[in-house]
Amino acid sequence: MANVFTRIGDWVNERAPNMMPAYRKHMTEYYAPKNFNLWYYFGSLAILVLVNQIVTGIFLTMNYKTSAAEAFASVEYIMRDVEWGWLIRYMHSTGASLFFVVVFLHMFRGLMYGSFKKPRELVWILGMLIFLALMAEAFMGYVLPWGNMSFWGAKVIISLFGTIPYIGDSLVQWIMGDYIPADATLNRFFALHVIALPLVLLLLVVLHIAALHEVGSNNPDGVEIKKGPKGNRWDALKPADGIPFHPYYTVKDLFGAGFFLMIAAFIIFFAPTFGGWFLEHDNFIPANNLVTPSHIKPVWYFTPFYAILRMIPSFFGTAVWGVLGMFGAIALLFALPWIDVGQVKSIRYRGTGFKVALGLFVLSFIMLGAVGAGVTAEVIPAWFGDVDVTFWENLFGRAMTLLYFGFFVFLGFYTRLGWEKTKPVPERVTMHD
Amino acid sequence: MTKRYFSSIALAFGLLVGSTSVLAAEGPELPKAGNNISDQASLQRGAKLFFNYCVGCHSIKFMRYSRIGEDLGLTEQEVMQNLNFTGVNYGQTIESHMPPEDAAKWFGKAPPDLSLEVRAKTADWVNAYLNSFYLDPSRPVGWNNTVFPNASMPNPLWELQGIQTAVRKDGSEEVEKLELSKPGTMTPEQYQQATRDLTNFLEYVSEPAALQRKHYGIWVLLFLAGFTLLAYMLKKEYWKDVH
Amino acid sequence: MANEVVDHGRRRFLTATTAVVGGAGVVVAAVPFIKTWEPSARAKAAGAPVTVDISKIELGQKVTFPWRSLPVFVVNRTPAQLAALPKVDSRLVDPKSDGTSAAQQPKYAQNETRSIKPEWLVVIGICTHLGCVPDFFPEIKPEPFDPNWEGGFYCPCHKSRYDMAGRVFSGVPAPKNLQVPPYHFVNDTTIQIGVDPKEAG
Repeated sequence: MANVFTRIGDWVNERAPNMMPAYRKHMTEYYAPKNFNLWYYFGSLAILVLVNQIVTGIFLTMNYKTSAAEAFASVEYIMRDVEWGWLIRYMHSTGASLFFVVVFLHMFRGLMYGSFKKPRELVWILGMLIFLALMAEAFMGYVLPWGNMSFWGAKVIISLFGTIPYIGDSLVQWIMGDYIPADATLNRFFALHVIALPLVLLLLVVLHIAALHEVGSNNPDGVEIKKGPKGNRWDALKPADGIPFHPYYTVKDLFGAGFFLMIAAFIIFFAPTFGGWFLEHDNFIPANNLVTPSHIKPVWYFTPFYAILRMIPSFFGTAVWGVLGMFGAIALLFALPWIDVGQVKSIRYRGTGFKVALGLFVLSFIMLGAVGAGVTAEVIPAWFGDVDVTFWENLFGRAMTLLYFGFFVFLGFYTRLGWEKTKPVPERVTMHD
Repeated sequence: MTKRYFSSIALAFGLLVGSTSVLAAEGPELPKAGNNISDQASLQRGAKLFFNYCVGCHSIKFMRYSRIGEDLGLTEQEVMQNLNFTGVNYGQTIESHMPPEDAAKWFGKAPPDLSLEVRAKTADWVNAYLNSFYLDPSRPVGWNNTVFPNASMPNPLWELQGIQTAVRKDGSEEVEKLELSKPGTMTPEQYQQATRDLTNFLEYVSEPAALQRKHYGIWVLLFLAGFTLLAYMLKKEYWKDVH
Repeated sequence: MANEVVDHGRRRFLTATTAVVGGAGVVVAAVPFIKTWEPSARAKAAGAPVTVDISKIELGQKVTFPWRSLPVFVVNRTPAQLAALPKVDSRLVDPKSDGTSAAQQPKYAQNETRSIKPEWLVVIGICTHLGCVPDFFPEIKPEPFDPNWEGGFYCPCHKSRYDMAGRVFSGVPAPKNLQVPPYHFVNDTTIQIGVDPKEAG
């Protein structure tokens, strides 16, 4: 039997001599720092979720009907009449939300340990492009069930483009192919959601990993293992602090995947709507172009950006500023490698100013999410009684918006003007346990 | 180090789960419906109420008679005799008895389909709504509702509940509480149980798969726990190499 | 530390166990995906048994009723047609329907006339070759495709021939007799297609 496998292997090698070396380069001979911690699970988990979305998505398209008249009913058909359709649908809807959970944590890891800094700027840029594609993918997927939140979410998000001077109105009509989100809109979103954007995502993921493997992974100490001493138990010429990705990180990620799947399975089987956060109450009402849901808000992963949009008022007769603010919030992340020019990568050895700023940045992001999701609009009257809710919500939301943008402004000055008091970075990676 | 990370993740997850109730609780606090879809007898009573008092106007068009039979432990014959009054086939979906055009004429708009009512509004809301009708001569149909003010539906269960009237705050239009001014065929306790059963049935109708998914979920979690443990041992074993 | 010995046995055992358990998990997880291809509740409802009135079918006439979107032929056979059945036995692949065509009818229709009542033939009108719908040629007279024709069905797609009991002739592409669906007589003039007599009680 083993002989057969060897012969098949030889047969393939003879015809594709670069396949085994490619496998070795990315798996058994990819030396990753040995001190990865919990934060390093989220990259492989993102791939796991991506695979889940693709597989469940393919099966959903087999019964979903791409038409404004039939879409809503076809989703309920999947939920009730198709055998196990409910499971596939919940795996897809839960996967969508968990994708963002995993990606947000993955990005936070990058901020914390300076993984966006030289020489990994390209990895960071490709990752940010993945994030953008993912947001577009998620938005269009959210429209497909054609519930009332789908419809109004689509209307509000597409209307953002209407704030662009001169071309706005015609651009909005062009995107929708109608005067409101309608059958044409649903059909083009379906095409983009099931084929165009997944192809883009897959390509970007391949490039992201390829770019990473060129420079090698960062680690919680922010130490470049390639610049350290050479020689380990597997290879005398490879970094002393590196271990082969396979089997060491494959088995570790396998454990991470098992743990993550337990959380995912818990949600899928016991709380698939997650209390209205993953599947919203108003989206169980069919799309109705005459009745706006009383609490119109995007699904949770867009709420921080949506809050920035809401918090910036219109000036000079145009609402474009809020839209600019929202896109600017993402654009600044792209530019982070050139804003934060501090030489020390990891939060472990960076100045107190950075630690506080990062903490406040995360806080502002979560709080903006709360504002965007309408949590503050409920909490303020509940905690403070009879007060002007709009006034206090705007004040709070604007403070959080300033805090969000303030992070980038602060980092620019902090790292350029020599305010940062860093700790000495060790020569070698450190192992905690 | 690792332990601390795991406990903080667990804490974050706990906080997330805890915060999920925030969105559900919109508007004034509603009393808990207290229904349980695993209670098959309650589902059966609720189905009976639905098919006697609701299906005249409201469809549950995503639901099939046959599915109700399977899930509620009823035979085809029982469903066809006790629930299906329209004479359509056992496998058909459940339509209301009222042509939508007539409905629009009588109530201003067609009564909504109730297939997903509980998912859209929550069980607490539906249950509270069914308990909050009161007589209001100012409304076209003579009824109003404190949970859904100016609802266009009269109380379909008034014979059971009796008639409630509003006690208003001094000098204002605001309803302070509802009073039973004419008793119905049920005692208040019986009526509360009846609405709980009806809400329960509608919650089941909103998501029939809910009856199965928890059952499967336990096995999936047990399997994953075993797998994760194995993967953990495998990781520990390999990582003995790493110092 | 460096001279620690790797326990290869334990490592192999854990790898194999994890792989087997994980593989089993993947296989079980694939089952729901495969099952989504089963007929849905809607398809099953559309494929529910149909009850048809046969009182209007005249002697020698064929009427087609849809059941599960399949054409079901109900034929009221004349005594002459019934008498002609044994004459073609020698030219058939499986005249007694107990060979290759043993599964082509329920047990209660596995007889000379392939029916519950001799005169009433109930078969699914789908050629067992490639699924075309055969034409009905009831007359006992020479036909262009068969000079000794005793009445039956002729498939226009690939010239397969069946007799008045849906039994296939030898030397044609079709391998088996026409399929008899489950059915039973509710009363003398009504049959239900899709339900066996014993299920109906």
